[in-house]
Amino acid sequence: MRPLTVRRLLWICGGLAAVLLACVVLALKLGAVPISVTDLVWNLGRVAIGRSDQLPTEYRLIVFDLRLPRILLGILVGAALSVSGASFQALLRNPLADPFVLGVSSGAALGSILALIFAPQLPFVTPLGAFLGAMATIAAVYFLGRRGGELDSTTLLLGGVISASFLSAIIMFLMTTLAGRDLRGMVFWLMGDLSTPVPPGLRWIFTMGLLVGIGAIYSTSADLNLLLTGEREAIHLGVDATRVKLVVYVSASLLTALAVSASGAIGYVGLLVPHAMRLLFGSDYRVLIPASALGGAIAIVLADTLARTVVAPTELPVGAMTAMAGAPVFIYLLRRGMR
Amino acid sequence: MSASDTSTHALGGRETSPRGARAERLNVEQASYAYSPGADAAPTFTLTATSFQAHERELVAILGPNASGKSTLLRLISGTIAPLSGRVELDGEETSRLDVRTRAQRIAVVHQESPMVYPALAGDFVLQGRYPYGRALRFANKEDIGIAHNALAQVGADHLAGRTIGELSGGEKQRVILARALAQQPRLILLDEPTLHLDIGAQVELLERLRQLAQENRYAVVVVTHELALAAEFADQVVLLQHGRCLRVGTPAAVYQRDLLEQVFEAPLDVEVGPAGRPRVNVRARRGEDAT
Repeated sequence: MRPLTVRRLLWICGGLAAVLLACVVLALKLGAVPISVTDLVWNLGRVAIGRSDQLPTEYRLIVFDLRLPRILLGILVGAALSVSGASFQALLRNPLADPFVLGVSSGAALGSILALIFAPQLPFVTPLGAFLGAMATIAAVYFLGRRGGELDSTTLLLGGVISASFLSAIIMFLMTTLAGRDLRGMVFWLMGDLSTPVPPGLRWIFTMGLLVGIGAIYSTSADLNLLLTGEREAIHLGVDATRVKLVVYVSASLLTALAVSASGAIGYVGLLVPHAMRLLFGSDYRVLIPASALGGAIAIVLADTLARTVVAPTELPVGAMTAMAGAPVFIYLLRRGMR
Repeated sequence: MSASDTSTHALGGRETSPRGARAERLNVEQASYAYSPGADAAPTFTLTATSFQAHERELVAILGPNASGKSTLLRLISGTIAPLSGRVELDGEETSRLDVRTRAQRIAVVHQESPMVYPALAGDFVLQGRYPYGRALRFANKEDIGIAHNALAQVGADHLAGRTIGELSGGEKQRVILARALAQQPRLILLDEPTLHLDIGAQVELLERLRQLAQENRYAVVVVTHELALAAEFADQVVLLQHGRCLRVGTPAAVYQRDLLEQVFEAPLDVEVGPAGRPRVNVRARRGEDAT
């Protein structure tokens, strides 16, 4: 018997946080203008003691106005996507569930585009539209995936894939018929892109929404462990399954929606990261949720650094990087599951 | 069999119980249920009023062929559904009115094995039985771990604690699932077809263990099964169901009548009395009947 202790949980989270910090330093250093680590540490130190006025102007511009906000956005988006992936995997009892694969990301994208078309003057319209789109899609996929009252794994995935391509087709239709918009920017956004910063007015809402969503899901992690062994069993062990499913379903949709409205449909993070964390630390959701949040942040920061540097000075959309890494892993998991 | 016959058995209540000394745990009184496809639609399946009692240290078998209402009765007892009429009480409280957490502290349900999505260690699986006693994230304390170890020891599976569920044999898995139920420290254990995927040795071992556990821990144990022979050998009381009707309640000797069982199970059977006074059931093939 190896029950989870708070100590072990803190060690794992601490370790992952250290790796994340190292990745952040690396991401700050690398780019079109290389910066030495010593300078970086020195200047970060200056900021920490409140002497940011002593920074050279170009430093401030490159490191603090360009790279750091992008890295912070990457951290939030990565955490949101992989936590929502891990949640969908528990909710649907399917290791292949992921907001992108299930079409939830496409639903959120379509929701935010529709919101921009019909009510561009309203505040928070993109995240709100994305949230409604995500909720509607996961509900539709859930009902498509039912067969004789039971969730069927294959039907569920097919339902997700079909919804995703249907929704993408509508997005393409809207994009081509709506002339005058920046088509290349939209295509980049759809593939997943971190180069557009969240508008300053939305930053706090965005961060709070993500923290509340992740916190709500984490509060149910003991229940998710039991739901994974079967809903009927979980109820007999004292889990209020209806409440837990509602909390997780709403929170996971919120996380996906916020991530998509900020950075487009970055695929496979929600699949890849929780799976890697399971291999490393086991499938206990009390570890898996925080580990996925940190792991997702690490993955996105690394992927975005690669996207910025591989063909520099040209940038790739980060979604292209994650899909290149994620699709083969998905196929591997699918084939392993079929055996 | 006449209608009055059924009702005398069904209403045969507390006062005629041969085990008056034992405290009554479960009281199912005229409980009925109906499944309907819609609010106004005619019910597709009905369980008519059923009554029986289970005492502590007693093993009750709910017996019947497929689609006889066994699972519905089990769900009624477990409190997941509320009866349309009548009552299901555990120690005087209606099971369907208990909140889900209290219910899990009093009633443990063992289902036919369900597939695991991710591998789990048997020990951690047993610790899940402590869930209804924990708070928030439910980090296991020393007491929980002690109870889980004890539960594994009671089913003779301490050595399995560090193995993953996936690599256990059918019988071992069933013991670990039973240990999780014991870790809930319930008053009533319900088992749904627990012998389904077990070979005969493991079936006998499981039922003997259940009887022994009921004795030691003062549980009432209710087993849903269609295994006539096993129920005859191990049950203190049998509840016989057919097409959603409760036909008989009583000791195996009282319920196991050849004509009745042949009619209920639609198979030619022989019933004889064994050495301990318990009935023995044998399947008889239809060949060469005219030759006798």
